[in-house]
Amino acid sequence: MKLDLILRVGAKLLLPFMLIFALYVHFHGDYGPGGGFQAGVILAAAIILYAIIFGIDAARRIVPQTLVERMIPLGVMIFAAAGLPAMLMGRGRYLDYSVYGSDFLHAHEWGILLVETGVIVTVSSTMLAIFYAFADRGRR
Amino acid sequence: MITLIQGVLLTLLAAVTIAIVRQRNLFGVVILAGIYSFLMASVMMVLDAVDVALTEASVGAGISTVVLLATLFLTGSREYPPVHTALLPLFVAGVTGAALIWGTNQLPPFGTQDAPMHKHVAPDYISASAEHRMPPNVVTAVLGDFRGYDTLGETVVIFTGGIGVMLLLRGRRKRLKDDEREETAA
Repeated sequence: MKLDLILRVGAKLLLPFMLIFALYVHFHGDYGPGGGFQAGVILAAAIILYAIIFGIDAARRIVPQTLVERMIPLGVMIFAAAGLPAMLMGRGRYLDYSVYGSDFLHAHEWGILLVETGVIVTVSSTMLAIFYAFADRGRR
Repeated sequence: MITLIQGVLLTLLAAVTIAIVRQRNLFGVVILAGIYSFLMASVMMVLDAVDVALTEASVGAGISTVVLLATLFLTGSREYPPVHTALLPLFVAGVTGAALIWGTNQLPPFGTQDAPMHKHVAPDYISASAEHRMPPNVVTAVLGDFRGYDTLGETVVIFTGGIGVMLLLRGRRKRLKDDEREETAA
């Protein structure tokens, strides 16, 4: 797609806003609509847009396949590990957020943010992995 | 006003559905399915379910469309004419639709506060998040906090789905390569 100047410039203009919007949806999920899942999908969509316009090899240079494959289980592990401190410190049950701060609101905001971080990592990498797998088959 | 917007959106949904059924070009079907998802997201917006609307717009209209287009690139975009009559599918769809419409008679009217689903655990979540002055989006509080176990399960489901797709699509590719190697060796 060397000649599609408008597409390339347009995509480059859009990409930073997409990435910022994904981060906004992630960190602002407590106050507005959204959260880890939606943010992960938007994040993956930004990379997929880049892959469609600039080619899948260019996208793989930014987000390599090995990184994607490691991020899928990493997100689940972040989520599962976020529940452990409460059990280990003997101050609550699994996924009890009271250990993350002194007052209720603060502790639970941190807990939710940690858990959502696990979700965004798994969702964004899963969406990308599915796209990579489909795009690869077309090249045989 | 809301009834008018709902009416317009639902009419458009019906029109898009008929267009999808009649369309034989699969590229057109995929684009129409994306439009359907955006209309559905708008319906969710009107119903004040902004979280669902955001998910529907990003997953239904965004990622699904891209993956379906990637599939069309592999399969070709022309649908073969059906080999049997549409009578049986039409009958099944008609009976299912009639059963669903009949079932709505038993549902409580839309928007009533004393519906069973508003009496179960939802009041506890809302009062608890108000009592502790939790952030205003109760949906995030429910997903990340009150029902954290469920969300952990969901994340594991997404993980399983991703691993499954990768195994199915990439495993086959590798085996094909081995076959080619055997062929060149023989």
